[in-house]
Amino acid sequence: MTDLRDFYQEIILDHYRKPRNFSPLESATCQARGHNPLCGDRVEVYLHIDTGVVREISFQGAGCAISTASASLMTEAVKGMTLVEACALFDSFHDMMTGTGEASDPIDLGKLEALSGVRQIPIRVKCATLAWHTLKAALEESNNNTAASISTE
Amino acid sequence: MSTGSPDSLLPDGETLEELSNSPRATFDVEKIRAEFPVLDQRVNGHPLIYLDNAATTQKPRSVIEAIGSYYSNNNANVHRGVHELSQRATVDFEQSREKVRNLIGASSIEEIIFVRGATEGINLVAQTFGRTRVRAGDEILITTMEHHSNIVPWQMLCEQVGAKLKVVPINDRGEISLDEYESLLGEKTRLVAAAHLSNALGTINPVHEMVRLAHEKDIPVLLDSAQGTSHLEVDVKDIDCDFLVLSGHKMYGPTGIGALYGKKEHLSAMPPYQGGGDMILSVTFEKTTYNELPHKFEAGTPNIAGAIGLGAAIDFLESCGVKALMEHEHEVLVYGEEALRNLPEVRLIGEAKEKSSVLSFVVAGVHPHDLGTILDHQGIAIRTGHHCAQPTMERFQVPATARASIACFNTKQDIDALIRGIKSAIEVFT
Ligand SMILES: Cc1ncc(COP(=O)(O)O)c(C=O)c1O
Repeated sequence: MTDLRDFYQEIILDHYRKPRNFSPLESATCQARGHNPLCGDRVEVYLHIDTGVVREISFQGAGCAISTASASLMTEAVKGMTLVEACALFDSFHDMMTGTGEASDPIDLGKLEALSGVRQIPIRVKCATLAWHTLKAALEESNNNTAASISTE
Repeated sequence: MSTGSPDSLLPDGETLEELSNSPRATFDVEKIRAEFPVLDQRVNGHPLIYLDNAATTQKPRSVIEAIGSYYSNNNANVHRGVHELSQRATVDFEQSREKVRNLIGASSIEEIIFVRGATEGINLVAQTFGRTRVRAGDEILITTMEHHSNIVPWQMLCEQVGAKLKVVPINDRGEISLDEYESLLGEKTRLVAAAHLSNALGTINPVHEMVRLAHEKDIPVLLDSAQGTSHLEVDVKDIDCDFLVLSGHKMYGPTGIGALYGKKEHLSAMPPYQGGGDMILSVTFEKTTYNELPHKFEAGTPNIAGAIGLGAAIDFLESCGVKALMEHEHEVLVYGEEALRNLPEVRLIGEAKEKSSVLSFVVAGVHPHDLGTILDHQGIAIRTGHHCAQPTMERFQVPATARASIACFNTKQDIDALIRGIKSAIEVFT
């Protein structure tokens, strides 16, 4: 395992202690719930989508530092993106976590790079990706407008 | 410093290394530790401190060697060959059954069925005893602190026959109340299935009283002693339970082996579990005659090496002296509880008066998963999560806990390292 400070970088601790966009969203046009039964993490992701753009995004839930920081950083990154961009970001993030190199059009992950150390501890990868899978479920819900619920375990 | 007692591994008068400050110590933990090859390693640059024994215990050299020796010297199928190796394997396999019988004080080896583990033992009872004795509208009584393996098999049975699962509540310390338990023993209760020792909380249930109260109403009792046999003295005749399951890998033995004890009157009346070789006396296409107990419940080639390993594990337990081992573990447990209570951020989950081997807790501001990662970084192995006891977690309104679980080879120094680790995690996150 790499140095613990690489794993729990300051930015991760900061987003864990003070998660951004951490509230329900009244104006949500779609939302989804994610659950990791293994560690009990739960997350709810709310999106306000207007003319193909994520105008607002927020989340709520209880989880470990990795899952909370990942969700918080995700909301910052996704806000203002088009649906296509958000999906591409999901692919790139997923790629970083799993190292599969499948993202067709990898994009710069910016601050999200802080989570790259998680890949070294496979059992924690699900913590980092929970909010992202939930985001994806919410985006899919916006397509077919049914309530979504996902589980990573 | 202390000297040996009849219960310890030490010859009388032998001087110990600095182990414990207690004058009562009768247990040479360094000598015990030396029996566990796996402990002699560094993890992430630190000496391994293994505190995940409720998940699976480490294995002493004698167990590892017994398994190796079976494969190196005696490997053959059991109960069938006339040749020398098969006879040796059969003798060793059956000797292990006798060791299990002796360990738990059963009357006869006919009452000891080898299974894959506690889980399979419970499923066996649910699908044989349960399927023949439990009808639509009947009830099965379990407790809130059960492992999923003592919940799901009963839920499956209930679904199959239309019965109902009833649950004894627990208090904030993690104990059942015998009054509440008694009031749930009803006309329709067909079976009680309860943990002997809870893996998530460490609670030791009052099994003698539970069995007595159930028997007053002619209700049989199954005890899930997966955690019991390595931490408690278990005597099935004294407890008078009808069934008891134990698990090899939780008591210093290998994975994939366990045992079901059942009173002969029950086992004789029960239909077989699985069909196949070994469980029959004769087979024609018209009619099959089932084998005698215990073989009636052991279809197919058994886990011979596993059973032999379990026998060696029982030898190990008995050479330590279960009583001496209990005392040692209790001392480490109490030391750990005190140390954890001294940390204001820590909340213990499970504070039963009768408790063994388990320190389950949450730390304010530090998620169990993060704590697990930080401790792992310091070579300390604990379990984090729901411990296959989600209803227990729900009862305490926590999604997960951190759990340090103690075995005979753990020391107060291990606890000190754990506490240092927890403090360092608190520092990181708050
Ligand atoms: C209380 C309890 N019951 C049952 C089991 C399952 O035992 P096994 O792994 O032998 O199937 C466990 C193990 O996790 C346990 O702790």
